[in-house]
Amino acid sequence: MALTASISTANRPRASREPQSARRQWWSRFALRWIVLAVLLALWQLATMAFPSPFFPQPIRIFERAALLWLPGPNGVLTPSMLNDVLPSMGRVLLGFAISVVLAISLGVAIGLSRKFADYVDPIIQFLRAVPPPALIPIFLVLFGTGDEMRVLLIAFGTAWPILLNTIDGVRSIEELKYETATVFRISFVSRLKRIVLPGAAPKILAGVRTSLSLGLILMVISEMVAASSGIGFSIVQAQRGFGFPDMWAGIVLLGIIGFLLNTLLTVIERRILAWQRSSGRETA
Amino acid sequence: MLNIEHLTHTYGTGAKAHLALKDITFAVEPGELVSIVGPSGCGKTTLLRTMAGLMRPTGGDLTFLGNEITSVPEGLAMVFQDYRGSLFPWLSVESNVRFPLKRLGLSKADLDARVSESLVAVGLTGFEDRFPFQLSGGMQQRVAIARALAYRPKILLMDEPFASVDAQTREDLEDLVLSVKKKFNMTILFVTHDIDESVYLADRVVVLSKPPTFVVTTLDIPLSDNRDQIETKEDPEFIRLRGEVARLIRHPKSDDVTIPVADVA
Ligand SMILES: Nc1ncnc2c1ncn2[C@@H]1O[C@H](COP(=O)(O)OP(=O)(O)O)[C@@H](O)[C@H]1O
Ligand SMILES: [Mg+2]
Repeated sequence: MALTASISTANRPRASREPQSARRQWWSRFALRWIVLAVLLALWQLATMAFPSPFFPQPIRIFERAALLWLPGPNGVLTPSMLNDVLPSMGRVLLGFAISVVLAISLGVAIGLSRKFADYVDPIIQFLRAVPPPALIPIFLVLFGTGDEMRVLLIAFGTAWPILLNTIDGVRSIEELKYETATVFRISFVSRLKRIVLPGAAPKILAGVRTSLSLGLILMVISEMVAASSGIGFSIVQAQRGFGFPDMWAGIVLLGIIGFLLNTLLTVIERRILAWQRSSGRETA
Repeated sequence: MLNIEHLTHTYGTGAKAHLALKDITFAVEPGELVSIVGPSGCGKTTLLRTMAGLMRPTGGDLTFLGNEITSVPEGLAMVFQDYRGSLFPWLSVESNVRFPLKRLGLSKADLDARVSESLVAVGLTGFEDRFPFQLSGGMQQRVAIARALAYRPKILLMDEPFASVDAQTREDLEDLVLSVKKKFNMTILFVTHDIDESVYLADRVVVLSKPPTFVVTTLDIPLSDNRDQIETKEDPEFIRLRGEVARLIRHPKSDDVTIPVADVA
């Protein structure tokens, strides 16, 4: 999934002058993305049919299970797995991520703007960012219990660092002349934050957000594998323990799909925000 | 309007001290276009930055409309040499021009009118929605000028604004300055190291020496108000004036550069 995503964004040209050739390019991109994937799936299917193993079920079986587990019923009724696993997982990762984005950007802007503040907090940041977040699970369990708070906060903590460090970097990368121009026109501090600091740092911030997004999914899954009673991570472990290998694989495939969709969403947002850049086709993490 | 008296500025202290501006005195009156000409590194930017209130000089008196300049005064705008750095690349052409006007409390209609009037004046109609990276250097500098025009400053400071555009564009932009000066009856202080440019644009030229810098002389430019890139520059009076400015920069007639007594003895 990550592979197809990066191919699609790295090669996307800017609006072409000739609609004819643009259309052809679009088709060849489309083909590259999906036909290659379809061929790989077909090979996987053939391999599992040729060498049957309970640990490696046929992809068709996996997708059958996935549809049964998560697709809503005929009258739109959500399945228990959707309600108990997918939605709680998404809720945790999105909430944790939202907290992280808000706090990390605010703190990053403050640190990026003030050398003095940076000198005070730098050692703490250097230490905390070096700790692999999963290693903190025991501490978070003691501090916040086994409920959702622990998972949300773990996700928030773990995803904050790339955003924080990139925000600091981004804010520092803004040329002094931009601020001098603002000074000459007597532009207020709030206005500077909104119209100069944040947009100026946006390319870096968004790169950090992208890194953090995959980190968030990883932390979501890991945190759901300990002391949990719901979530995609929980369901994968449960399935594996109960020898429900198609379900286990279905969970893994679902994580891939969710990651892909979130990444695509971020790419769309990024393209809107960074339309002012010479090349708004950006690398994906 | 703008008065500078015995301005001096020294960068650094002790052994590393560099006397950038030794003694600068001149004034700008309303409606004038004064150009300051001097060799590179003589402290023109330093001088302009002190006048804009972006830095405090180490000595001398600066007043704008009778008030001492301690920070950026209201009613002053500046066009920097580095247009790329002073535009906001994430704002469209129109938003760049509009941004500084927001705090002025204008009505929506007034705001729109000012923005479009300025863009018309610099010849950028049709480019409102472009981002700076989609424009040539000359066009970017036009955006910076439009931004300053829309702001309606009482005085406009320009720091070698055309030093990094090609010759043809430069002439167009010089004429643009003359035309907006007339149209908006502006007071402009224009810094340049280009002697022709200083004479072509100005009502008065302030000639600076090499560092340590002082005002060699202030020269009135009695050329007609309707200047033309070709005709004005063929005018014998223009040629005489530019020759004089060049000579003054090269051989400043001042007590300050007489040979030190010790060397004579
Ligand atoms: N921030 C600074 N610190 C120390 N020296 C400076 C600084 N800015 C400029 N100078 C020095 O002051 C002199 C005048 O610089 P500047 O005002 O930029 O000249 P100009 O604009 O005429 O080319 C130069 O020798 C320059 O190196
Ligand atoms: Mg300069």
